[in-house]
Amino acid sequence: MKLGDLTNHAGEWLRGSGPMSDIVISTRVRLARNISGFPFLARASRHQRQLLESRLREVVLACNLAPQVFYVDLEAAPEIDRQLLVERHLISRPHAAAEGARGVAVADDETASVMVNEEDHLRIQVLRSGLQLDQAWEQISRIDDLLESHLDFAYHARFGYLTACPTNVGTGLRVSVMLHLPALKLTGEIEKVFRAAKDLRLAVRGLYGEGTEATGDFYQISNQTTLGRSEEDVIGEFKLQVIPKIIDYEHHARRTLLNDRTVALDDKVCRALGILRSARLLASEETLFLLSHLRMGVNLERLKDISVNTINELFLLTQPAHLQKIQGRRLEGDLRRAARADYIRQRLNGN
Amino acid sequence: MKCDNCNKQATVHLTEIRNGKKIEKHLCEQCAAASEGVPAAKQHTPINELLTNFVMAHSGLSKDMGSTCEHCGVTWSEFRQSGLFGCQHDYDVFEKDLAPLLQRAHEGATHHVGKSPARATRGGEAAPAAAAPARPRKTVDLPRLRKELARAVEMEDYERAAKLRDQIREAEGEL
Repeated sequence: MKLGDLTNHAGEWLRGSGPMSDIVISTRVRLARNISGFPFLARASRHQRQLLESRLREVVLACNLAPQVFYVDLEAAPEIDRQLLVERHLISRPHAAAEGARGVAVADDETASVMVNEEDHLRIQVLRSGLQLDQAWEQISRIDDLLESHLDFAYHARFGYLTACPTNVGTGLRVSVMLHLPALKLTGEIEKVFRAAKDLRLAVRGLYGEGTEATGDFYQISNQTTLGRSEEDVIGEFKLQVIPKIIDYEHHARRTLLNDRTVALDDKVCRALGILRSARLLASEETLFLLSHLRMGVNLERLKDISVNTINELFLLTQPAHLQKIQGRRLEGDLRRAARADYIRQRLNGN
Repeated sequence: MKCDNCNKQATVHLTEIRNGKKIEKHLCEQCAAASEGVPAAKQHTPINELLTNFVMAHSGLSKDMGSTCEHCGVTWSEFRQSGLFGCQHDYDVFEKDLAPLLQRAHEGATHHVGKSPARATRGGEAAPAAAAPARPRKTVDLPRLRKELARAVEMEDYERAAKLRDQIREAEGEL
């Protein structure tokens, strides 16, 4: 499989097939690991960086993390390919924008990727559709074990796995659950979720993680504590306390909208559909908001002729790099907005 | 600026509000000590600070050297600016300064709980991996001795500190 083959479909995590997928878009876990004896990347020479990259590429590819794995050399890859990987959540924005020897190994089904020379030598990630915390942890722990059988990870008796930034030290584990919360937003109760998350020392972020704003009612909830709490403990808190509570809130808000504000709800949903079916120019942020309302309409069965799968695909395929890959040319400004509107009209009027 | 009382250099500057009027005074150290209402300057250095300075001076170890990592060259203030460490050894070098930071960031935690590598037989002094350039044994030992010395001084175990100092001198002489 090559990078170009990815563009025509959504990755596993966006299929909308996992548990609780009316609200939970995806479950992501990542582990930060460094190789003992090498400086962290901020202090690594060009030569050490290259050494690390070639050695880690070799190990990651030899480990059989998944039945099929492909590797992208990000130093050599053109910007649009790097952007494509960001849009598919396979690499981080900083990893796309960085310089020097670095890369990413991606499992064919896109449930796992291993970034080489990001902030840490290795950033392992598992991404799954819907709420699949235990499965995601099981999968990533197995990949971690495989890599560890070939590599000597920097580990400290007191501080655990050592990371470039001490905010990750200990387990090196970040659990992020991406939620679609349009009803809480519409009923103005989303602030309650933020406050509750803050009390539990959890971070609430936007679609692309750290430093991104919440757009289109998508929120990523992640843990911040990595020291002094075991992986199972963190996963368990997400699974048993945090996420079910937010799902309940959102369900409640959806029911309230459905029972007490039916016309207002239908108006939101139908307006979104109207614009998406008719507009000739669509900006990417506007598209996210409209698709968000459409998704809510489909989940509440206010719209019956559109599938969640179609909407999920549109979320991904209308983003800048995907759109340009599909069109096979560079598109800027109005040209890009026109191409986006054309593509969406075609998809939504066709089925 | 000259002292209000004598002709010496004024080093103590006071601003006082008395009955709504602002009065400024500039005094030298001696006059300030003699005058009323001026807090006495710290006159003496505690004995352990004196000893620390003495041992540090004789071991070729300055106070600042303690906060630079010998392996990657990162200093504590560089870390505070970037938020990133330079290598795995920084966690030992800056352990004391780091602990309160970690507690704030991690709900008061001080120790790792959770998974560990199956092959984790080392502590913080992780052996360099085979791929890393081999270091001569002596240079690996020196930072450890210096660290132990700093720790001994901190614990006010001067007998041990003196022994360590001698060992450091000896090792340096051999290099």
